[in-house]
Amino acid sequence: MRAVITVIGKDSVGILAKVSAVCAEYNANVIEVTQSVLQEMFAMIMLTDISKLTIEFTELADKMTELGNSLRLQIHTMHEDIFNTMHRI
Amino acid sequence: MLNAHDILETIRMIQEECLDIRTVTMGISLLDCIDSDGAEACRKVYDKITSRARNLVKVCEGIEKEYGIPIINKRLSVTPIAMVSAASSGSPVKFAEIMAKAAENCGVNLIGGYSALVEKGFSAGDADFIESIPEALATTERVCASVNIGSTKAGINLDACKLMGRIVKKTAEMTADNQCFGAAKLVVFCNSVSDNPFMAGAYHGIGEPDVTINVGVSGPGVVRAALTKYKDADIAEIFDIIKKTSYKITRVGQLVGVTASARLGVPFGIVDLSLAPTPAIGDSVAYILEEMGLERCGSSGTTAALAMLNDAVKKGGVMACSRIGGLSGAFIPVSEDAGMIAAAECGALTLEKLEAMTAVCSVGLDMVVIPGDTHDDIIAAVIADEAAIGMVNNKTTAVRIIPAIGKKEGDCLDWGGLFGRGPIMSVNKYSPSAFINRGGQIPAPLHSLRN
Repeated sequence: MRAVITVIGKDSVGILAKVSAVCAEYNANVIEVTQSVLQEMFAMIMLTDISKLTIEFTELADKMTELGNSLRLQIHTMHEDIFNTMHRI
Repeated sequence: MLNAHDILETIRMIQEECLDIRTVTMGISLLDCIDSDGAEACRKVYDKITSRARNLVKVCEGIEKEYGIPIINKRLSVTPIAMVSAASSGSPVKFAEIMAKAAENCGVNLIGGYSALVEKGFSAGDADFIESIPEALATTERVCASVNIGSTKAGINLDACKLMGRIVKKTAEMTADNQCFGAAKLVVFCNSVSDNPFMAGAYHGIGEPDVTINVGVSGPGVVRAALTKYKDADIAEIFDIIKKTSYKITRVGQLVGVTASARLGVPFGIVDLSLAPTPAIGDSVAYILEEMGLERCGSSGTTAALAMLNDAVKKGGVMACSRIGGLSGAFIPVSEDAGMIAAAECGALTLEKLEAMTAVCSVGLDMVVIPGDTHDDIIAAVIADEAAIGMVNNKTTAVRIIPAIGKKEGDCLDWGGLFGRGPIMSVNKYSPSAFINRGGQIPAPLHSLRN
């Protein structure tokens, strides 16, 4: 089971570290990260393995949303199935 | 492997273009609740609904969070209550009250199925049941009613049209102090379908499994946003873009439906391939038609554009899900669509044009507000006209028309939320009474003889 965490917003120091810290805290293993900064806008997509999470996936999504609110960023934590379903035949 | 473009496209569709699952509707059969003792029947109905739908809202909320897709409504539909109430004596309104109580207990906002099927005539209890609809809708908040008065196989029950003209008016009158809201929860159908997840016309047909999950998708905003990028495309390209967008929208419906049914331990029914608007900015079917090049929805060309949109939605959606059903097509509820409201207010969209549009899209005259002094027989004749379109074209048509009691053209009714705001539209005032009062059955068309 894998989840996609996307982070979009104004760039600041330590975004990647803070999101990764929450992943580590609840045992979500980061598999792949792509990120770009365009005119101060930060966009990061993180693919994580959530099969050994220590909390429910929906709780992780809540934690990420909280983190996003505190950093004034949009953080979306979604199961990869929605992307696979929508974009693959 | 997932690519960044696809991921960001999905997130944009949900965050900016109002992509959502419009409804997850659990259909529940009440055939095993029929009892000659009305109180006992009500107890069985309550127990069955609350036991089967206990986890519906919780499961749907979990799916929303997991996939990041909003599920706007969680709803229930039940066996047409006229079949349940016919066995017992006394007012059928008690069944509406128990439905409302069960819906509240389960945390769902609407429950459909206060319904009767009378396309070929009234069976025992049907007429009394229909007479109870105004009171049932006035005394409950969450209950929705529908009556099927015609079909391609049976023809049109003109007596039922006449009756429903009066019932629609009476329902509006009994809820006049609440913006005539009762009439917004009452649909008159021709060729009604038994697996429709959308309110107010949902009911759980007798050929359905004991319990099932049906899903209605949405996404007019996504289709419109896709079209804005192709200003100079020819119509075949436009068709292709709508098709591809519809595929993506419907895939999400399939995913949510299959997941919900697995977690609830209930068979998956169908996905309704629908484009269902809301009054939110950008979530309008009318704006899609305008994006195609019409100055205003309702202008000449609207019927052609809508026919194409409707067909493209189906062709895109058909490969995206395993089972298709319900109403499947573009909806054109006037009060629930910002573009339709604007078009009706400026006079571009008339009742006659809407009627033409209903021949080529899903359902019919939906959430149309008319002057409160409109004669019952005119409402009955509007119902008969709509039913004729459905009967002849082998499609579902419906009338959800709201007489605005005490108000006239130029005024409006405002319900807020998903029901929106409806400007009062002009109705042809010449009398159809002599025609309607003939009564009887309009025979089924020749092409109903398919065997």
